[in-house]
Amino acid sequence: MEMLARTALHLTLLLLFAPLLQGVIVRTKALFAGRVGAPLLQPYYDLARLLRKECVFSRTTTWVFLAGPAAGVAVPILAALFMPFGALPAPIAFTGDLLLFVYLFGVARFFTVASALDTGSSFEGMGGAREVTFACLAEPIVLFCLIVLACIADAMSLTALLGPHLAATWRGPAGLSLGLVVVCLLVVLLVENSRIPFDDPNTHLELTMIHEVMVLDHSGPPFAMVLYGAALKLMVLGAPIVRLLLPVNTGFWVVDALVFLGGMLLLAVLVGVIESIMARLKLVRIPQVLIGTTMLSGFALVLVLR
Amino acid sequence: MSPLRAAVPLANGGAVPLANLPLLGRGHFTGALLAEVAEGARVAACFAVPVGSALELYAVLARDAHGDLAILRTEIGGEYPSLALRCPELQLFEREIAEQFGSIPTGHPWFKPVRFHRSWNERDAWGRGLERPQPAVQEFYRVEGEEVHEVAVGPVHAGVIEPGHFRFQCHGEQIMHLEIALGYQHRDVERLLLNGPHPATPHQIETVAGDTSIGHASAWSQVSEALAGSDLPARGAALRLVAMELERLANHVGDIGALAGDIGFLPTAAYCGRLRGDYLNATAVLCGNRFGRGLVRPGGVAADLSDEQAAALRECLVAVARDTHGALELFFDTPSVLARLEGTGHVAVEDAAAVGLVGVAARACGLQRDARKHHPLGAYRTAGIEPAVKWGGDVFARAAVRQREIEDSLVLIDSTLAALPSGPVRAEGGAPRPKALAVALVEGWRGEIVHAALTDAAGRFSRYKIVDPSFRNWTGLALALRGEQISDFPLCNKSFNLSYCGFDL
Repeated sequence: MEMLARTALHLTLLLLFAPLLQGVIVRTKALFAGRVGAPLLQPYYDLARLLRKECVFSRTTTWVFLAGPAAGVAVPILAALFMPFGALPAPIAFTGDLLLFVYLFGVARFFTVASALDTGSSFEGMGGAREVTFACLAEPIVLFCLIVLACIADAMSLTALLGPHLAATWRGPAGLSLGLVVVCLLVVLLVENSRIPFDDPNTHLELTMIHEVMVLDHSGPPFAMVLYGAALKLMVLGAPIVRLLLPVNTGFWVVDALVFLGGMLLLAVLVGVIESIMARLKLVRIPQVLIGTTMLSGFALVLVLR
Repeated sequence: MSPLRAAVPLANGGAVPLANLPLLGRGHFTGALLAEVAEGARVAACFAVPVGSALELYAVLARDAHGDLAILRTEIGGEYPSLALRCPELQLFEREIAEQFGSIPTGHPWFKPVRFHRSWNERDAWGRGLERPQPAVQEFYRVEGEEVHEVAVGPVHAGVIEPGHFRFQCHGEQIMHLEIALGYQHRDVERLLLNGPHPATPHQIETVAGDTSIGHASAWSQVSEALAGSDLPARGAALRLVAMELERLANHVGDIGALAGDIGFLPTAAYCGRLRGDYLNATAVLCGNRFGRGLVRPGGVAADLSDEQAAALRECLVAVARDTHGALELFFDTPSVLARLEGTGHVAVEDAAAVGLVGVAARACGLQRDARKHHPLGAYRTAGIEPAVKWGGDVFARAAVRQREIEDSLVLIDSTLAALPSGPVRAEGGAPRPKALAVALVEGWRGEIVHAALTDAAGRFSRYKIVDPSFRNWTGLALALRGEQISDFPLCNKSFNLSYCGFDL
């Protein structure tokens, strides 16, 4: 019974709260640009609008084209079940669930790329190639970070990795490693969610896009699923960063949840600030940055094993 | 007369009777043209004029070092040997003539249609039918190979921009070759102007390229003034300069903002968008139209500026200039911006000179090319313009040239408004001179605009030739993309920011 309640709380937080983060990012950027900006709830209105629209399908597409948006929504929901939200433990935890967590996103990527290739458009093929290339380079970063956390916690499940011991770890000798892990995870968050400096979610220039170009042909409810899936992914991948930076356990679930949500909002503001003060990287520089980040995460591991 | 000195000199904004232009033999013409080019002259325009059943070929050469022009004239038939290999600047002009009159330049290395329109005399150089040809329906250059792929972009683009077709030959992310096919907006402007000026002529001129209304109207006005022999009143000339520089400011500031938008650098993109509007509004103070339509007319300008308006304009520009400096400083001081711009979209100075780039794109390669300095007219004669030349030839250099020109234009406008000469703003001219050729070079914000007019016995246009800077610079964009990343195409494209309709005419 408790398990059911925890799952319900977890999913409620995720499903209701995720689009708000996008709204906060957009509002932050608007403030930097000297504009008032769209309402914070605009992403919800957009989803509602897209859900009412009809879908247009190219004659060259097959069912694979719809598998991308479906996996894009299903995977973050599934992955969220293994990811603690702040001090709220994950509904499901078992030894080795961190590997499942990482490769669930691999599954989503496979379907997104497959659905992009299904259109037969040269743009989407280019986007797919870029996405896969950069994902290959981002994956080792996540794994290194999780191994560092696993060494510190001496456990192999995400809930244990992000447990109440973190507050003490920050003060201990492994604090430096934790700091590096936060930086690395932030880079992964920006890459995986196609944010500046790696990708520009607002550009209309299809030749420069990475993620957006793969979903150009989606419309109506499937496109709503793509956008919603992206919002969920941002929240699920942002959760470990917030937990690492705010390792607070109050013992009251309402307060714990509020701390977590507040942390997520601050993270969204941080993403908005980064997007406002930086230009995009040249596409050929992205692998270099990712390899550099991988080395940083490796360094964090060396520090822990020392 | 030595064969190499056959060219007839002509001052910019001047007219010469056709009787004074000798009809050279073909070899004579070629020798003189190549000799002039070898001495540093540029081909400002080259066009054909039907005379009876024959075709006369005119070449307008700009001798920047001497500060004057030189005219060459010869006759061509249905076929003539191409000079494109020996003088690459001519390649597009030869194709243009072939498309207009069906006269084939034999041995042309890249003989393809320019704008995909029917010829003016039913003689088609490519043997196409009598219906209007579809733009971009042609054999594109292809690179063969397993790992080579072709990307076609346009004519419908993701943004609200003009139509054009881009064909990339790519190896992975790397562009090996880009071919650009335009002509979607061909309106046949040059033929609409024949037997003019008509009541519609000023409006047609101002929309040759809508973002260069003042530039094209100035060039046309100067051609008309040269034919009418009228003097430009000092106050009219000064106001024309202010309008030209405001147009330059609005577009350069807009371009820097667009560059910032392309690389996702938010603050400058947001501020420059607003500032461009401020400069357009300042133009509206001059004449009531934000793009300066209806302002520049033969003999001067159509609207005067009161002293209060001039003072208010200066005051307003001081505030706008402060914001502009802030937005530009932020842009050029941010490392992530510089990392994105430097080394992207490089054009070698030799290539730029060979294909005859003009304007911002040429100056960014290190070429001293600015009609305001070398061929000044009106108030520019005393303005003391120093061309904003940068080396590098990359996107950064093109942005830096714009930055310098923004600063220079602000100073120039302020000093001109502070010392506006008194007197009338417009002078009435006499009847246009019959059987004459008049040429005007104007440095628009994008680059050198060339207008040339031939008049018939009644003083009406028997041929009107327009060369928009975009006509010369699209080739430069194709060169800039060689070996670049395809993801950098939008940025390079924006750094040139060429006009589609100015090319299509």
